[in-house]
Amino acid sequence: MRYAQLFCLGLFLILLTAPSTLRAQDWFKTETSSGVSNIRIAVADFKPGSADPKTAELKRVFDSTLYGDLTNAGIFDIVAKSMLPQSSPGSPSEINLPQWSAAPTSAAMVAFGAFSTQNGKIVCNGFLFDSKNLQYPQVLAKQYGDDSTEDAARLIAHRFADEIIFRLSGGSQGIAETKIFYVKSGTGNKDIWEMDYDGANQHAVTHLGTVSISPRVSPDNTRLAFSSLGREGFQIKVYSLVLGRMVNFQAAGGTNLSPAWAPDGKELAFSSSRSGDPEIWVSDTSGGGARRVTSFRGPDVSPVYNPRTGSQIAWISGRTGLPQLYIMDSDGSAVQRMTDTGYATSPSWSPNGQFLAFAWDRKYGPGAPGGQDIYVMEVATKRWIQLTHDTGRCDFPSWSPDGRHIVYANTADGKADHMKIWSMLADGTQKRALTGTGADMPNWSWK
Amino acid sequence: MRLMQSKTRKALVLAATVAMIVAAGGCKKKASGIDPNSLGPAPVAPSPAPTASITADPLAIDVGQSVVLNWRTQNATSVTIDGIGEVNTNGTQTVSPSTSTNFHLTAKGDGGTTEADVRVTVRVPVAPTTPAPSESDMGTDAAFHQNVQDAFFDYDSYELRPDAAASVAQAASYLAAHPTVKVVIGGYCDDRGSAEYNLALGENRANSAKTALINAGVAPTRLRVISYGKEKQFCSEENESCWQQNRRAQFSLDR
Repeated sequence: MRYAQLFCLGLFLILLTAPSTLRAQDWFKTETSSGVSNIRIAVADFKPGSADPKTAELKRVFDSTLYGDLTNAGIFDIVAKSMLPQSSPGSPSEINLPQWSAAPTSAAMVAFGAFSTQNGKIVCNGFLFDSKNLQYPQVLAKQYGDDSTEDAARLIAHRFADEIIFRLSGGSQGIAETKIFYVKSGTGNKDIWEMDYDGANQHAVTHLGTVSISPRVSPDNTRLAFSSLGREGFQIKVYSLVLGRMVNFQAAGGTNLSPAWAPDGKELAFSSSRSGDPEIWVSDTSGGGARRVTSFRGPDVSPVYNPRTGSQIAWISGRTGLPQLYIMDSDGSAVQRMTDTGYATSPSWSPNGQFLAFAWDRKYGPGAPGGQDIYVMEVATKRWIQLTHDTGRCDFPSWSPDGRHIVYANTADGKADHMKIWSMLADGTQKRALTGTGADMPNWSWK
Repeated sequence: MRLMQSKTRKALVLAATVAMIVAAGGCKKKASGIDPNSLGPAPVAPSPAPTASITADPLAIDVGQSVVLNWRTQNATSVTIDGIGEVNTNGTQTVSPSTSTNFHLTAKGDGGTTEADVRVTVRVPVAPTTPAPSESDMGTDAAFHQNVQDAFFDYDSYELRPDAAASVAQAASYLAAHPTVKVVIGGYCDDRGSAEYNLALGENRANSAKTALINAGVAPTRLRVISYGKEKQFCSEENESCWQQNRRAQFSLDR
């Protein structure tokens, strides 16, 4: 069962079957796997394997992280903890499968195992069993070892969760090990921060003490491009996550904004006003060989490559007044306007190349009642669905690498310093806040 | 020429006296041999006043060059030039003053005192000693902002409104009158809409103001543009008055 494809198909079908009158309608529901029921999975608390005092503490982190990862995946029907059998089996010989497959647990799959710490090391054995297959129940058996730290316990849980998701989603890579880069507001300045996909492990990446915005991580997770305010205005900067320091990117005149990595990691597209008017430019990863791609009076900003092909760029242009969403070939030809009204910003192209997520206020204007919400549009048909409703201003959607999740920024009362980062499934369900206030412009890593 | 005769006679008398003493073999000097005054009153004629003149050639020099002073006096017993000291009654001297100088000659004689002046002008190169255009020449922020007002924009627009065009025209005339002033034009937006788009829009706003200033004759090299988008808000209320305050091209001294 290829859930990822089914999900896309589901979204596609909804867009395809949506009558054109749907545009006048704000609310409708989509499901992640239309026509297919989710796999019901029971996640047992792992069995503590040693009396080490750190075991209990780290096991709690592990258990909650694993449970959270499988819940967040969006492809499972998770058995509530209260419905689980009392036992916590630590190995295949200790599990009584009929107990897990019977009501009220009624699990199709069971994840269980043992977790212990000794001599400063974690030893973790994880299993995934098919509770209906009594003869050969084992789907997965994994052993993990790492230092006994909270970060390591979380990482092991993420890895095990990704293995389970990979097996049960029909080959779609999990996202539990992915990162989200974002802008954190300090007093008068903004720096780039990083966190795990679930909001854990929030920490600063840059310490420039100025206004740094629009973080975009390279496809191989080694470099971070962003835009930073200096004496001469905003300039593109590149930070090496491997070296832990800034690396060279040629400064240029004017305001330089919103870098975007080509999927091969060899080029950056960005907005630059070095020739006077803000246009989309493309250069190599150190700023050399810059060439202009657009040339039309008015702001051009926020480019993003089609990650599937690298041959198209979506971006925002104010050439006709209010900013609208456009796509073009990456050489600047074949320009197509995608939105016909309102105020559209901040595109993100889905990993399979099929959809654009963006922020849109369809009734923008002084005194207009419009709200800025997250939308997903199918590139081929320009049909769209609205993912957020009446929650205040939303902006900066960014797709997860599996294409099933979208992270975005939201401020309930519209005030910029109340911005929080949220995550949701790409159909708009399972919304949850990942950060407190003062976090903005999330960018999900490519893997 | 009576004076000359009297002098000559005195000298002769003196010489004769000395010769007499030496000839007498007396080694003992007798200062009071003969009192010349006792020789009788010389014919006293009223001494004429001294005459004096001083010239300089050339009259004007550059720093480091020299000038020849030439003076002539008559009837003077002592001649002094200020700054040089006692000199011969007639003479020339080469001097190289570092600044423009009045050479003042005083000729004293029995007949009185006569003065003469010559002024030597020294041309000092002007540029090195004048301070280069610096911060102080830009004037104060207060003076600048009194004369140069921000240009405000309509919502989501970077076209200069008539009131903004008036601000820019006023700024242009101030800049024309104060050629040392350099300006940084900041582009700002209200906090609605998206941060990245607003930075590009702010750039367009600042550029509109810059273009208008250039068209009004301000040299492009005196103007610098920075877009702040909605990253540096002037105020943060959610109403039209605050939004309008934020939608602007702001002129500041570029120190």
